[in-house]
Amino acid sequence: MDAPQQQDASAGVPGAAAGMEAILIRDLWKIYTRKKGMSVSSSDVENEELVEELDKGEDAVVAMKNVSLEIRQGETFIIMGLSGSGKSTLIRCLLRLVEPTSGDIIINGENVTAMNRRQLVNFRREKIAMVFQHYGLLPHRTVLQNVTFGLKLRGDEKEGRKEKAADALEKVGLKGWEKYYPASLSGGMRQRVGIARALVMDAPILLMDEPFSGLDPLIRRELQDEMIHLQKVMHKTIFFVTHDLSEALRMGDRMAIMKKGEIVQVGSPDEVIANPADDYVSRFVSDEREHMRRAEEVLAKNRAGKEGTPHVS
Amino acid sequence: MFPEMFRYHVAGPVNDFINNLIEAYGPVFDSISHGILSFLLGVNSVLSFIPWWAYIAVVFLLSWYSSKKLIASVVLASLPFVIGMFGLWAMAIESLSVIITAVLMALIIGLPLGVLMAELKPVAAVLRPVLDGMQTMPSFVYLIPAMMLFGLGKVPAVLATLIYALPPVIRLTALGLNQVPKPVEEAALAYGATRWQLLKEVRLPLAMPSILAGVNQTTMMALAMVVISSMIGARGLGQEVLLSINRIDVGRGFEAGMSVVFLAIVIDRLTQNMAKRWEPPKR
Repeated sequence: MDAPQQQDASAGVPGAAAGMEAILIRDLWKIYTRKKGMSVSSSDVENEELVEELDKGEDAVVAMKNVSLEIRQGETFIIMGLSGSGKSTLIRCLLRLVEPTSGDIIINGENVTAMNRRQLVNFRREKIAMVFQHYGLLPHRTVLQNVTFGLKLRGDEKEGRKEKAADALEKVGLKGWEKYYPASLSGGMRQRVGIARALVMDAPILLMDEPFSGLDPLIRRELQDEMIHLQKVMHKTIFFVTHDLSEALRMGDRMAIMKKGEIVQVGSPDEVIANPADDYVSRFVSDEREHMRRAEEVLAKNRAGKEGTPHVS
Repeated sequence: MFPEMFRYHVAGPVNDFINNLIEAYGPVFDSISHGILSFLLGVNSVLSFIPWWAYIAVVFLLSWYSSKKLIASVVLASLPFVIGMFGLWAMAIESLSVIITAVLMALIIGLPLGVLMAELKPVAAVLRPVLDGMQTMPSFVYLIPAMMLFGLGKVPAVLATLIYALPPVIRLTALGLNQVPKPVEEAALAYGATRWQLLKEVRLPLAMPSILAGVNQTTMMALAMVVISSMIGARGLGQEVLLSINRIDVGRGFEAGMSVVFLAIVIDRLTQNMAKRWEPPKR
């Protein structure tokens, strides 16, 4: 909200060249192995036959195949796909909650994949913040303590922590709820805490892993609107995973569609709707078109009759 | 019949091992024994110093404070009174001091082992069968060598109790740590928690109800050893039970047995109520 933050986000990390990509993903692979002692090295992914064999077999799952993406400074980038398409794996690779099998991730000029443990911890503390589908709040801590958790981990002063947290809680509309425990909050409010916890870190990059999927449609819409509103003043780079096309259309500057671990299309939401790259994408999109068509029909009917009650589909 | 040709005994080597142990390290065992004994006597003198009514008051107040149930608290506080009425107060205090010593030692050893077991897979692989053995091995099997190494009386009783009572606190500590919801751990890691921070800020607090259940179980197991430890000369309620059985005095045995039960109920309720206070708040 304040000026330095705005500058920070638009100019990227100090020392980063202007116009540099916020997130650069190059040839990223992730192969999960089930069998004990079995491991897939980064050179193995170049062997196409081996990969195919692994994919068919029971002992390994190829979750991400050769994913390359460029995410610009300050944009909201959406990853869309059905469950199991590898989008959760991808977002977790960005801060190495999941170790990629091979490939590079460069975030604001820093090579995340090459970091050692110490560097990685510092990177997670300073440069990136994440919002989770299942909130991941600490049940034994109050709302305030949950929001300051990341600041505490990186060793910020207690007074400063409180101030920043109060600020973040006000932004997400949870002023006055500081002393409550997560268990007494509704799903929507819990996710607000999750968002406040991420905002308070003041990191240039925000990862959101299906943050609104577990919420009912009205609350979901409300939080989407608030997020859009916040983003207007924050200008963070947001990497947003969802399986909900309408969410993608509302929130995204650009989007990528994933299928079975591969990126099938990248573009602005309008481009994707207008020119679906393949069957998979067009099936996604046709649902949405159908939706819109039906909504229009209902509205038209209501307009034809008396003033209708609001309809939520 | 199992063929004779496969017969092989470890009895001889085990006997030799124990004998060698006694010969070579006698003084070491003496000093361990001395250390445990002086700690035990310290506990005993503190417990004996506290007047009887103070126990009843403390039991009542603790129970009232944590449960807010008047009748339950009165009933619970009356149980030690009944032990006193049976004339077994001093015996109960002696048993209690053995139990407290053994449980304290179990916690000092068990909590770190539980954490190690949850953190390091190889430790768990080694520890699990050992814990099985500790719980199922008939206690006389290690009671006798304990007696040979540490002499008659309270010290081998404490050690035998320790061996029997240690597994639950280790197991439940490890279980509690492993049961911490993955999304919570993941979130902590995403915000840059080190392994130590994860343990201290997230896993241990969330495992606390399970750990305290382990403490409760360990205490109950220790109580179960009261009678057996009296067989190697530890005084207390168990000795009273043993005497009554030998004299076929059913009534006196019943009184002593009930006293053990009352002691168990009081300790169980108090530790359980304390465990409840550690659960994450529902509201």
